[in-house]
Formats: sequence, structure tokens, C-alpha cells
Amino acid sequence: MIGRIARWPFWAMLRKEFIQMRRDRMTLGMMIGVPAIQLVLFGFAIRTEVRHLPTLVLDEARTRESRELVASLVNSSYFDIVGEVRGRAEIEARIGRGDAAAAVVIPHEFTRDLKRGRGAEAQVIVDAADPLSSQSALQGASLAGLNFRPSARTRQALELRVRPWYNPMLDSSTYIVPGIIGVLLSMTMIIINAMSVVRERERGTLEQLIVTPVDRTSLMLGKIVPFLLVGYVQVTVILLLGRLLFDVPIRGSLLLLYLMAFPFVVANLGIGLFFSTLVRTQAQAMQAGFLFIMPNILLSGFMFPRAAMPDPAQWLGLTLPLTYFLEVLRGILLKGVGFEALWPEFLAMCGFAILIVTLSVRRFHKTLE
Amino acid sequence: MNAPAPPAAPAIVTTALHKRFGDLVAVQSLSLSIAKGEIFGLLGANGSGKTTTIRMLTGLMPPTSGSAMVAGVDVVRDPEEVRQRLGYMSQRYGLYDDLTVEENLRFYAGLYGLVGTEGRARIEEQISGLDFTARRRQLAGTLSGGWKQRLSLACATSHRPDVLFLDEPTAGVDPAARRAFWGMIRQLARGGTTILVTTHYMDEAERCDRLAILWRGRLEAVGAPPEIIAQLGAPSLEDAFIALQLRDEAAA
Repeated sequence: MIGRIARWPFWAMLRKEFIQMRRDRMTLGMMIGVPAIQLVLFGFAIRTEVRHLPTLVLDEARTRESRELVASLVNSSYFDIVGEVRGRAEIEARIGRGDAAAAVVIPHEFTRDLKRGRGAEAQVIVDAADPLSSQSALQGASLAGLNFRPSARTRQALELRVRPWYNPMLDSSTYIVPGIIGVLLSMTMIIINAMSVVRERERGTLEQLIVTPVDRTSLMLGKIVPFLLVGYVQVTVILLLGRLLFDVPIRGSLLLLYLMAFPFVVANLGIGLFFSTLVRTQAQAMQAGFLFIMPNILLSGFMFPRAAMPDPAQWLGLTLPLTYFLEVLRGILLKGVGFEALWPEFLAMCGFAILIVTLSVRRFHKTLE
Repeated sequence: MNAPAPPAAPAIVTTALHKRFGDLVAVQSLSLSIAKGEIFGLLGANGSGKTTTIRMLTGLMPPTSGSAMVAGVDVVRDPEEVRQRLGYMSQRYGLYDDLTVEENLRFYAGLYGLVGTEGRARIEEQISGLDFTARRRQLAGTLSGGWKQRLSLACATSHRPDVLFLDEPTAGVDPAARRAFWGMIRQLARGGTTILVTTHYMDEAERCDRLAILWRGRLEAVGAPPEIIAQLGAPSLEDAFIALQLRDEAAA
């Protein structure tokens, strides 16, 4: 009997939250609109690889093979040929002026060396003032060398051996989009939950709730369960868009991904609840959410590889649930790995979720008095 | 079912109820006894301890010392149990603006465990009894002040509480709506509900069966409005109230 009574308030809370969610354009917008916009922005705008570098060609060999090499560079899509030049001086002048960012020099001996089976050399000159561009050019040249199959019957010729795993086209959207799922999920879960609790406090309904027999568990679950579902809708929307717009692969198990998302979403809802105890207005709740997400973006490995960070930054990163969830996302989507590889991340996220929910529930109760 | 308090027992008893916030004494040794079915007013200026008293009696805030029984339940020892027996209407109404009249009623009834056939019957009873039939699908946020107040009262009483707490319920409501509201309060009291209402409107205070005047957390006077007027030798309740304030300010 007591157990049955205890469950009733929870259903009332759940029902109420769903009705409110349906009527609140803000929540609906954050649920679907924001992920879609962010995905497109991040996916298209954040490009750590640069394509279509304006490129000059100095073809001294003038053979079929040299033309094939140029074609193979163009096909890599890293280089767009903007002109042919007659000498090195001209290359220097035009790159200096900024007309071009790269140049390909194919020497006289190229075809001869190729046919003799010696290492044939061609040169790619890059304007390295922009390190991103130059890295891209290097990648592009490597790819082109890899795919270069001269039609003349020759022995093995070009020696570049770069093998980009998981992301053979070195597409940054493939790397970024799984990360966006994590970042957006974190941001919206924190903000939606914090705002929803703060709104109840602002309007005086929270006070009203506390004088009813609604137990604390129902109150908490009523604020977590509906948003958990929102989180799953979001994961699905971003995955679908990522697949449609950016061809992001899903190599591993979706079911595993949804399972792994559980502690992550709960952890973020806990953070949202925690923030709701710190702020007074909905606007502050939103600011707190953004403030929290900034270091997440920088430290979690979303944009910058964690391996390149100094140790303290790496340690800090380990305290953020997003860091683990990014491993999970990239592991499942790009590498297709299973639970056997991801259980440490799962445990870390579970631990974090339990910790933050306990902490914020305690704080929440204190602030009610 | 809940065992009702013995008929003779008062609905609210506080014994030396005390609340301190740091150095500030918000409520000082308050002892009151309120009978079943009584409309009892707590009159006082802002910061006199009215709201703190209500918060302690509803179990929202534990007292620093002292005890309080509400509907036969010890509030300090058993705040969860007492919540099923009391209703609370705050000056902010506690309504969800983005829920309709019916949804608000249904939500609060659900929190009190009024679900299924029983719950639906109670909601229908309240909708027709309080004239909400034409407005049942209207969002609470679009109701006028008087209707919001009426809905808030309905939400606070869906479970037919033994004791009803009203914290400045008619702030910002027009006189006609206020009169209608007091009609509803009377009706509830006749049905046996004990009502504790805080106010700083004198005309409202005069409608109470008995009054307590609080000043800086201290109980200054208690009794029926005519008794208080007589006690303080003032021509009206308002004069009595002002006289108290002046006396205290002179002493301070």
C-alpha cells in the first residue's frame, strides 16, 4: 500500500513534465532545432583540414606519367590547379603574392626514374605560413602518392607510405560529428534541467510541491526521467543528421551506444540540477551551462587531441564525463569497438553520475529550506 | 484511512515554537491553539514572522525549538505524514501557467494519490463546484487574478485537507473576487476545515473568527477581532494594529 502510494506522485510529475515540454517551444527548440543548427555549423565550419589549395604546376618532364601525377593530386581534392609556370622564380613570386598556396614541381628525370624503378621524386611546395594548410597539403600529397598508379608499366616507384586509419579521407567532420553528439547532449541536458528546476522555483511551484506528500525520489525522478528521453531523441537526431549530411559511419553497435549514453545523460542532468541550486534565474542557469561547456570543449578532446595537451590539462580532462563519452562515441562509431574496449569509460561515467546526482540532491534539499 | 483527531482536540497547537536565523529571532516562543473549523488570522507587518510560522507548520522548515501539532500529527517529528492532511496556498499561487485548469487540478490531485475514477470524480466536482466548466481547457497563465486564486485554492484542497494554510491569498486581487474567495473559505470552514490565513488587510482580518497579531516574531495579542479592539482600547482593528506598532517602535 505504502509502495503504491509512493509511486503515484511520480506518475503525476512525469505526466506534467511531458505536457510542459510539449507546450514549451524553448525546450522543443533546444531538443531538435539547436542540435540541427549546431551540427551544420560545427560540421561544415570547423574544418581542421583544408581542401582545394590553389596550386601551381611546374611540369618539366611533360610526359604522360607527370600529367597523371598532377591528375592524381587534383583528384585528392586537396589541390586545385590554378596555373602552369615556367620556372621556380615564378612560383616564389606567385606564392609570395598569395595567388597560390602550393606548387608541384615535377623534374625532368621524373619519368625516367619512374621507369627505371628508382625512387622517382616530385616536389610539393607549400605556403607553410598557415600550418593547417600546409599539413593538409602534406596529407593530400601523401594520399595522392598512395593512389598514384602510373599507366606506364613500371616497377614500384613512389615511396610514401601513409595509411590513415578509420578516416581514410582524413575528413574532419568524421572526427567532429561524433564529438558534437557529446557536446550538444551535455549542453542541452544541463541547461534544460537547470532551467526547468529554476523555473519552478521562480514561479513558486517548487514550494507548492514540497508541501504536498510528493517524496523526494519522485521529485528527482520526475525531473530526470523525462529529460533522459529528450537526450535519447537528441542522440538519434544528431546521428541521423550526421549520417545524412556528413556520411559519418556507424561501425559498432547502436544499442551499445544507447546504453553508454545512459550514465552520461544522467551525469549531465545531475550537473544541471547542481547548477539549479547555485543560480536564481533561468538566464543565469543558461549562462552557467555555457560556462561549464567551454572548458569541456577545450579539454575533453572534442577539438584538440588530448595527447597534445600538457599533463595538468590532461588530468583536468579526466574529471569531465564528456572526455569519456567522446572515447565511447568515436570508439563505437568510427572504430566499431565493443564493450570489452569501453567498459572503463562506462564505469567512469557511472561513477561520475552517481557522485554528482548524490551531491546535487543533497544540495537541492538544503536549498529548499 | 487516516485516524481523525479526537473531536475535542484543537486542529493546530504550537508550544513555544521558536525560529532563529543566526542572530535574528524570526519567531519567538509562539504558543497558539486553534480549534477545528476555525478561521484563524495571523496579522502582522512584513518580517513579523507570519510566513516563517506557516513554513514551520507546513513542515517546510524545522523550528529551532518548540513543537507543533497539526491535525494531530507532530510536524517536527513527522513532516511527511502531516502533508497528506494539510493544504497550502502561497501568495504566488503555485500554478503551472503552461498547464490548463484541468491539468493543474489533475496534477495536484495526482500528487495526493487521487487517481483513477476517484481522482476524475473529484476533479469534475471541483470544476463544476468552482464554476470552471467554461474555462477547463484554458491555460492557467491566461486566467485573471481572481480565477487564478480560485484555481490555486482548488489545487490546495483537492485532497480535502483537515487544515488549510493560506499565505496572503488575496494580494493583488480585486474586491469582488476577494469577497467571492472569502465565501469559499467560509464554506470550507463550515465543512470542518481549519483555516490559518496570514494577511495584512484589515478588512480581511476582521472576517476571521480569531486573530493573532505578530510583531517582530512575538505574539502581541490574540482573540476575536472585537476582543482585540477592546483589549487595546482602539476604535478599530486598524487603529489597534497601528497603536501596537507605535508602542513597540517607541520601546525599541
